[in-house]
Amino acid sequence: MIQKELIIIGGGPSGLCAAKMAAEAGVSVLLCDRSLKLGGQLIKQTHKFFGSKAQYAKTRGFDIAKILIDDVIHHPMVEIMTEATVVGLYPDKVVTVYHNDTYIKYQAQTIIVATGASEKFLAFENNDLPGIYGAGAVQTLMNLYGVLPGQDIIMVGSGNIGLIVSYQLLQAGVNVKAIVEAAPTIGGYKVHASKIRRLGIPIMTQTTIQKAIGKEHLEAVELVSLDDKWQPISGTEKTMPIDALCISVGLSPMHQLLSMVNAKTKFIPELGGFVPVIDDHHQTTVEGIFACGDAVGIEEASSAMMEGYLTGLYVTKHLHKEHPEQQKLMEKYEYELNMLRNGPFGVKTKIGLEKLRRGETHAE
Amino acid sequence: MLNKTGIPTQEQVLSRFPEQKALIRPKAILECYEDIPCNPCSTSCPFNAIEIGDNINKQPKLHVDLCTGCAVCVPSCPGLAIVIAQIKGDQAIFKIPYEFEPKPQKGEIWDGVNRSGEVICDAHIESVVINQKQDHTAVVTASVPLEFLHDFVTVRVKR
Repeated sequence: MIQKELIIIGGGPSGLCAAKMAAEAGVSVLLCDRSLKLGGQLIKQTHKFFGSKAQYAKTRGFDIAKILIDDVIHHPMVEIMTEATVVGLYPDKVVTVYHNDTYIKYQAQTIIVATGASEKFLAFENNDLPGIYGAGAVQTLMNLYGVLPGQDIIMVGSGNIGLIVSYQLLQAGVNVKAIVEAAPTIGGYKVHASKIRRLGIPIMTQTTIQKAIGKEHLEAVELVSLDDKWQPISGTEKTMPIDALCISVGLSPMHQLLSMVNAKTKFIPELGGFVPVIDDHHQTTVEGIFACGDAVGIEEASSAMMEGYLTGLYVTKHLHKEHPEQQKLMEKYEYELNMLRNGPFGVKTKIGLEKLRRGETHAE
Repeated sequence: MLNKTGIPTQEQVLSRFPEQKALIRPKAILECYEDIPCNPCSTSCPFNAIEIGDNINKQPKLHVDLCTGCAVCVPSCPGLAIVIAQIKGDQAIFKIPYEFEPKPQKGEIWDGVNRSGEVICDAHIESVVINQKQDHTAVVTASVPLEFLHDFVTVRVKR
């Protein structure tokens, strides 16, 4: 069996950042990603990022992906496999990778699960009609392949993803008819909301989709207003003709691989659902198996990067190797991550982490 | 209002404008009304005129006397929340970020648009700057009648 000191599952922002730190510390790394390209969701992000210098603020997402990939792709300690799906994870840290129609087994000393998140969906009548997309699919079609999802679209969800994808749709020439949001207030950053509103796009709070209408494909949707108890108000139904609908109602951490090694998980709504229990050094309840990024709680990509750098450093320490600037970098990225969570948008994450860690005994 | 519609209130907008006589020279209007972790406006300013401080979640504060209206901050703001405003006679001159195609051209007349997305006036395009540092965010200089100083926010091609 092929031996590796560290196997990182997932080549998005957190996996790439973890690989950089570990490789610089002299750890042999295998980075696996099931996609064609590294970079995770960053490669579809055409907007400039928030944060500070340490998170590459004011750089567009796909350019951040290039920076993070360049940091590891030629590093002699890093082996990269794309179109490589991890299908097996075992408690003795054997990893099975499905690649080029073959199963390859690796023996790892440590593992980082950086699998990201999957999109949540909504239940409504006819929600399987062609023309109804998740926001990730819209971004893939539009920003990677240059294909428009439709001519007239409604966005469901006003979190940062819903707002950003609406803006990108407008840039691509799609007629965004409205953004609907079931909650009483806009979920994402108000600067994003304002830049869409000034383009004349209404943001309708306390509104949801009741049903999709169409035979072969989406032709219209019925929207309805919600009361303060989130119940539909009858008589407020409104039909709007559209040929595309984009659902952006949140993300769920992809913790499933960790179930194969019986790593303990907890349901923490503030973090997006079931998440692995981790200690202060991102180690799961299974010794030597770590997790970071959206897989341990939904946040912005900037936080995922900081967690990735940190988890790479924690693993390095676990392997009794030291990054030449171990202590300095650990302090830096811990400071940065804490800072990103220090405003009102970080409160949810902080509560979630508090709940996650309460009363847990960690792997030794 | 802002958190339900995306439209800031009149009071919020006015709070970001310096007194009228300061606008004889161009000044940055920082329309960031929410504590979010972000500071490129502050770090990009060559004159230290935009202050956020160590906690990057704080909203930016403009030191009006230090601001030269150079507009480096305009394409640096990831939220496209900064414009430069100046009063020249009976006109208000704005420098605004613009990320759509086609871009306006010097000499054209476009629609002037308010924060609700409504057309409120004509906007004369004075210049359009796009260089590598701006990373695809054009900075458009447009003039509108002075009465729209506090209402104008962007331009839209005439249909």
